[in-house]
Amino acid sequence: MTIKLGVPSKGRLMEKTFDWFAERGITLSRTGSDREYAGAVTGIDGVELVLLSAGEIPRELATGRIHLGVTGSDLVREKLGMWEEKVRELAQMGFGHADLVIAVPRAWVDVTTLDDLDAVAAAFRRHHGFRLRIATKYHRLIRDYLRDNGVADYQLVDSQGATEGTVKNETAEAIADITSTGETLRANHLKVLSGGPVHRSQATLFKSRQAPWDKAERETLTALIARLDIGD
Amino acid sequence: MPETLPKAAVRAEAARLLAVFEGHGARTVETPVLQPAETLLDLYGEDIRARAYVTSDPMMGEAMLRPDFTVPVVQAHMAEGAEPARYTYAGEVFRKQEDDPERAPEYMQVGYEVFDRTDPAASDAEVFAIFSDILAPHGLRAATGDLGLLLAAVRGLTTTERRRNALLRHLWRPRRFRTLLDRFAGRAPNPEGRNALADGDPFAGLDAPDIGLRARAEVEDRIAALREDMATPPIPEGEVALLNDLMSLRETLTNVAENLRDLAVDMPSIGAAVDRFCARTDALAARGVDIENLDFEGSFGRTTLEYYDGFVFGFYAAARPDLPPVATGGRYDALTRQLGRGREIPAVGGVIRPELLLAAGGGA
Repeated sequence: MTIKLGVPSKGRLMEKTFDWFAERGITLSRTGSDREYAGAVTGIDGVELVLLSAGEIPRELATGRIHLGVTGSDLVREKLGMWEEKVRELAQMGFGHADLVIAVPRAWVDVTTLDDLDAVAAAFRRHHGFRLRIATKYHRLIRDYLRDNGVADYQLVDSQGATEGTVKNETAEAIADITSTGETLRANHLKVLSGGPVHRSQATLFKSRQAPWDKAERETLTALIARLDIGD
Repeated sequence: MPETLPKAAVRAEAARLLAVFEGHGARTVETPVLQPAETLLDLYGEDIRARAYVTSDPMMGEAMLRPDFTVPVVQAHMAEGAEPARYTYAGEVFRKQEDDPERAPEYMQVGYEVFDRTDPAASDAEVFAIFSDILAPHGLRAATGDLGLLLAAVRGLTTTERRRNALLRHLWRPRRFRTLLDRFAGRAPNPEGRNALADGDPFAGLDAPDIGLRARAEVEDRIAALREDMATPPIPEGEVALLNDLMSLRETLTNVAENLRDLAVDMPSIGAAVDRFCARTDALAARGVDIENLDFEGSFGRTTLEYYDGFVFGFYAAARPDLPPVATGGRYDALTRQLGRGREIPAVGGVIRPELLLAAGGGA
């Protein structure tokens, strides 16, 4: 049986993943036409390439339909409850860096920390009659983080894109999103709360704990890990 | 998946418990499984989303699978109830168990709730004594607490109304409460950025427009409040020590009554709450509860989902520390105030999980 390796099916994340494996002597490539999501692996036997949307890779790993997968560490934590029970990090790949941060208007000169955000949320609710809205698509990560830090009286509103614009559009009072340079935040008159990001994400090679790991597959994995020189 | 008993056995046990509660004069009520999410979110905050199943309905909007009975039973009572009233119910509740797959996401609860303003101490004792009788054959450990004492102690602290309210708001989040208490007592420094707001023009150098619903005036108001707060003297050392003593009490009910009377000498603000505690203890004894051996824990009830604000209790299978509490309950006057929009009714009640009762063994 072969090991199934799930890799993002398009964009920079796919290209960087291909580069990362190529630097380690394993060639991943798309086959067929540009539009066909089929792939090939050379340089090692017994590994099959599966091209998937990066957002679906956590789920495929959790169910064990793929043995290995490359995706952002933020997506695994967001999409999988108790992610450490379902997958294991084999290698942080050193690209796709992005920080998940909470940002508020720069005009909130009274707000620096989560402590301030909590106090503002209480006052905002009293004043406006509803809970302070934080726009995000990272519901689980943000909710856990705010609970661990004792922030109350907020609500998460779903935002799947253009999240930085929600404050100006008055559909949210604060946002939580990934940022690599902070440029978009600055352009939208927002600032990041102090105390470090909620999560520092990067492209990561994960191993599924649920996938069938029979003798042949374990041997292939051992060979792959040796080739990639990533330890186990 | 969690171990499960045959559903029929659990249902039969639930029916038995329901009949016992009916025998104590409770009327059986039914509540919908689908609850409007907004009410629960407003009460419990965003955290409830991590614990309740959220679904959507084209007509009612966001809905939650009933995470507990208390809210719908209070609503039903407020809408039509005659007073005093006693209710019982049995049915499934649904809780996501993201952090512990061993725990059941769907389970039965059988409850008993008393809405009666005549004698709260007697109502507290009634609920506890009935639970205690039902659970006696199972050899469970009972623990009790009293959030009314903590609330009174915080309200009596020598400090500003704003600080007292900040502490009260986080009473159910012990870690955050501790952080604030340490800061207000002068034991921990101000958070980052705070001292820069102490004087001068905090808007100097601001290079961004005002955006969003939170207006400039709200920012200015908070800065004024923070300045006032920075000039506020710390909560006296002695008061913090007394509050800590109160929160760390672990004694039997009989002994704790003595401790509380001693504490109340130095902390007069808890006097009325101690009187209520003593009245309840007397009422429990009059009901035949063994108060000599009943545990009291000063911080009991501070980490539950529910909005208890007075007497609280739980029953645990001592031999099965892996199980959640078999029964829990308490007084929730404030909840009825919030749901009643201006109306309120003192209320106390609790639930038993029949499946856990069977699992605990030792039944009659």
